[in-house]
Amino acid sequence: MSITVYTENWKGKFRKSTFEAVCYARKIADMSNKEVKAISIGEIDENELKKLSNYGANTIISYTKVKKNNENGVAAIIKNESENSNLIIFSNTFNAKSIAPRVSVKLNAGLITNVISEINDLENISVKRQSFSSKAIESIRLKSNCGVITISPNAFSVVENVVSSNLQVKEDELNSNISIIGKDENKGKISLSEAEVVVSAGRGLKGPENWDMIEELADCLGAATACSKPVSDIGWRPHSEHVGQTGKAIAPNLYIAIGISGAIQHLAGVNSSKIMVAINTDPEAPFFKAADYGVVGDAFNVVPKLIDELKKNNNN
Amino acid sequence: MNILVCISSVPDTTSKINFTENNTKFDKNGIQFVINPYDEFGLTKAIMLKEKFQANVSVITVGDASVEPVIRKALAIGADKAVRINMHPMDSFSTANEIANYVKQNNYDIIIAGKESSDYNSGAVPGIISEILDIPFVNACNGLSFEGEQVNLSREIDGGIEKIQTKTPLIIGGQKGLVEESELKIPNMRGIMTARTKPLEIIEATTTNHLTESIEFEKPSTKGECKMIDENNISELVNELYNVTKVI
Repeated sequence: MSITVYTENWKGKFRKSTFEAVCYARKIADMSNKEVKAISIGEIDENELKKLSNYGANTIISYTKVKKNNENGVAAIIKNESENSNLIIFSNTFNAKSIAPRVSVKLNAGLITNVISEINDLENISVKRQSFSSKAIESIRLKSNCGVITISPNAFSVVENVVSSNLQVKEDELNSNISIIGKDENKGKISLSEAEVVVSAGRGLKGPENWDMIEELADCLGAATACSKPVSDIGWRPHSEHVGQTGKAIAPNLYIAIGISGAIQHLAGVNSSKIMVAINTDPEAPFFKAADYGVVGDAFNVVPKLIDELKKNNNN
Repeated sequence: MNILVCISSVPDTTSKINFTENNTKFDKNGIQFVINPYDEFGLTKAIMLKEKFQANVSVITVGDASVEPVIRKALAIGADKAVRINMHPMDSFSTANEIANYVKQNNYDIIIAGKESSDYNSGAVPGIISEILDIPFVNACNGLSFEGEQVNLSREIDGGIEKIQTKTPLIIGGQKGLVEESELKIPNMRGIMTARTKPLEIIEATTTNHLTESIEFEKPSTKGECKMIDENNISELVNELYNVTKVI
């Protein structure tokens, strides 16, 4: 018996969230004396595939000729590869959210998304998941024999656990029921949902021309950039950067909010962050009630100082 | 063109979230319910398609009688017909299965759902429907247009936007971008009056099969006091982040 993990690469490199998912599966496999079977879709070289064994994958199956955006086809592959598996693990990415529901129907398996707790008993799976836009945590139990879960990015650590592995490369080709005719890539180098540090700004920045310092601060920290809803609504920043209840929910280690008052809808998308820093001119801004650190001050004064201090530290 | 919009009734985004009955049930007391924000983008898009192509727009929801004001609002915004499947939604699978069963008995060119509901956030219902009906599924969809039988779409992916073509019938999980926030339709008095006479069909659920079970809820642990740092002492903040909380 094995635990199946869907592994996802971006331009031939596995995502950090994929290693989190493999490590998550390894822990359950060790506890229940099972193997971890990783499934990779799309073009990727063997050295990258072998990295999966550093985190505990015993079997690595690579379908190099199938594209991951053929979610219908990918779901069929995962179903076929999971005959000896009663647990299929995904990281909660957009791609996974298009595949996991299909797999769950094919296997008559319960689907649990946004999982933030480990599985302690494979025979009787119950886990915690984020719900109500991070305003609540739901405990949920699987009633079916087989389960499909998607784990939240950044909720679990990546720990090396080298195992010997068996790599199989498959040449199957599959038709898709959608055609991809174009792609626009985000400008930022770091994926917002996977970033460990996020620098976010709101209307307090006064205009899109003032984002240079936000991007410079993000560069200093190796951070992704984000924004509040009003900023994306008026088009200062792309919608893909909007974090909050109707945008993305994120859970970085550090979230720095600059010129964002901290409305309940915004906090809902970010309050799973481990540490939050709020910088705002208004000492009554609600964000100061939710943050770990607060600075009352003008962003145009505080942010350059913060950049200087970080550069000093980076140089030491 | 026949369009089905899936509507979920959710607490208003400003709601304080509480639970009752030993933290097993969501406390509806004092809560204002609204159309799920992601569904609202899809509903407005459907009304625009109705105006352009003389499409028929039906809305469907799964829930008890308490969700009816929310689907009446969808009728007031411009949908032609509403369907309520009379069942307390137990999980994504049972909800999706009921909607899929209804779709099998009726012909729709496109089913528009939200990419998730803002209460349970599972984001699973449209994907499960697509598999049951074996039709294309475009999730996190932020652009939709029709050219004859061909459908042009765009969707958010991890790292960008993808442009897609496919054919009807299909299902999407919609979000902002289908229409802009400023285009969202608000019911006017005439819409509210005519909504009273539009058909609202109630259908009994066909199954009680569900694959997961909610046990209880808890609220995230509350943060400690916010440590205030003087704007002229930013080195202290950097020191805290490097050496105390060690997040950078």
